[in-house]
Amino acid sequence: MQQLPDATGHFGQFGGRYVPETLMPALLELEEAYKALKDDTDFQQEFRYYLREYVGRPNPLYYAEHLTQTLGGAKIYLKREDLNHTGAHKINSAIGQILLARWMGKKRIIAETGAGQHGVATATVAAKFDMECEVYMGEEDIERQSLNVFRMQLMGTKVVPVNSGSRTLKDAINACFRDWVTNVRTTYLLLGSVVGAHPYPMIVRDFQAVIGEEARTQILEKEGALPDCVVACVGGGSNSLGMFYPFCADETVKLIGVEAAGEGIRSGQHAAPLTAGSVGVFHGAKCYLLQEEDGQITPAHSISAGLDYPGVGPEHSYYHETGRAEYVPITDAEAVDGIQLLSKTEGIIPALESAHAIAYLRELAPKLGDGKVIVVCLSGRGDKDVHTIAKELGITL
Amino acid sequence: MNRIDQKFQELRHKGTRAFMPYLCAGDPSPKLTAKLLLTLEEAGADLIELGVPFSDPIADGPTIQRASERALTHRISLQQILEMVADLRQQTDIPIALMSYYNPIFRMGEDAFCKAAHAAGVDGVIVPDLPPEQAQPLLEVAPHYNLATIFLVAPTSPPERMQLIASVSTGFVYCVSLTGVTGTRATLSDEIAPMLAELRKHTDKPVGVGFGVSTPEQATQVAQLADGVIVGSAIVNVIEEHISDEAELLIAVKRFASDLAAAVKV
Repeated sequence: MQQLPDATGHFGQFGGRYVPETLMPALLELEEAYKALKDDTDFQQEFRYYLREYVGRPNPLYYAEHLTQTLGGAKIYLKREDLNHTGAHKINSAIGQILLARWMGKKRIIAETGAGQHGVATATVAAKFDMECEVYMGEEDIERQSLNVFRMQLMGTKVVPVNSGSRTLKDAINACFRDWVTNVRTTYLLLGSVVGAHPYPMIVRDFQAVIGEEARTQILEKEGALPDCVVACVGGGSNSLGMFYPFCADETVKLIGVEAAGEGIRSGQHAAPLTAGSVGVFHGAKCYLLQEEDGQITPAHSISAGLDYPGVGPEHSYYHETGRAEYVPITDAEAVDGIQLLSKTEGIIPALESAHAIAYLRELAPKLGDGKVIVVCLSGRGDKDVHTIAKELGITL
Repeated sequence: MNRIDQKFQELRHKGTRAFMPYLCAGDPSPKLTAKLLLTLEEAGADLIELGVPFSDPIADGPTIQRASERALTHRISLQQILEMVADLRQQTDIPIALMSYYNPIFRMGEDAFCKAAHAAGVDGVIVPDLPPEQAQPLLEVAPHYNLATIFLVAPTSPPERMQLIASVSTGFVYCVSLTGVTGTRATLSDEIAPMLAELRKHTDKPVGVGFGVSTPEQATQVAQLADGVIVGSAIVNVIEEHISDEAELLIAVKRFASDLAAAVKV
């Protein structure tokens, strides 16, 4: 299989670098720096050191026996990214990128955040590596995720509210790009997902690939065979791509990405560009996205702030177009049911994002049937979402 | 010959510079945009940069973001803006360059876009999020429709990129005066002079300078260095201040634009 992205940063027709000229030299500089470090033994050792000693990797691939029995059918394993330091997979790429930023001599870090998980991960590594840090967050998300806002502030990060546009992740990214355009010479943009202009989708994927690398080794140890299906939720797509990428060459392994269908695909209130969007150019890359006929971007909707994004990474767009991965929609209501399902069967409260992947198991596990094996990425823990879930269930805390 | 080339040739003969104001199409309303464009011409504009509003304008500061939001409340599309230009062509021959983010053009398709833009009487296109590396489809089609492709150079561009950008630009080269987004600034960027000195080594094409040029005094300073002076947010601010009174708005814009035009021609 050809190594992607190609030399110009494309995955087939997707990806590329659609950014203002001011940023082009910075992206080229980043690409050069990353190329030099990618195969550098010292850098890789340092990255692995922090993943092991600070993040707590490898995390378990856990056989969810009670969930498996409850649903009936395929055996379900959970990749426990929720057990990482800071409670989600976002820390993997945050560690990798801050080491990269330090190597490049940058002193200031900026990041965008939706649910706040990436913001918290960034604030965490910025504190640890003593860098100035500002995180852009939509006002609506600040309301939804006040706990994470406070966690970031506690670690010395300045949270900058974004009140333009839809006041969610998309506009936080816009604000972040504007900051970067202005301060590009001194500042490292620490992107949280496999989106944006090349080389970001590649860099974030490579740092997140540790999820799939571990899961692949672990399932071979436990089952002596590769899984039949690998399932993960997709917003921008970083936990799913980190999970899928190491399985990509294993043709027998079916890759399934779960998108947020919000109030239902037909309602128009969703965040499922692969299921119901079209090809366009957004936030620096050609990808599938939600847009009007004339190319204006449509705000997304999802109960989960982390999936509430109208675009999706270019490599997912490519997997979708080539059929290497399949993408399915799960609604807000199904995701809330997914949270309760995993909480009650396994004593694990998943993040709303990850609950989308869990919810899809209701259909998938019985359909695949006995003797089959599913690996699911449990991308984050649900503590941050308990208020939202309680409200959804009509309970006042 | 393209109207933009013609204009710069004419100004070079006269030994003066071009005043190139920016308007966001549809702000505050599609009807008023046409009137504003003609007002700017009366005030002494040499070229109009007509912005196509976009939902996610990452190269723009708060002023033009707000203008885009106001324009989009009218659900104005690229197609309608081209129709507006076609109508205006019965009243004016001023060079018009469309400034659009890439996605609306990509959605229409480069070929259909260039064809329609040419038919409407558009003379050039500026795409702030389309660097030359991604512009092949546009560069293949635009010359067939006599459309100038105006690319942007930034203070961060090294000499080899300046050369690349200048080589694919037609009409003029758009020089971004500062490291940042659009918007008014109290002082002029000190990055302009060194950037222009480097750029001139690579091209003798006309150079327009924009981003942050806010006052007549600043316009005069820029006019001493560049072939054209682009003013955007400062004009949009005047529109915003008088948004509730159409007559007053047109008078205020005309007054401010006349001052700017005079300052450029000093």
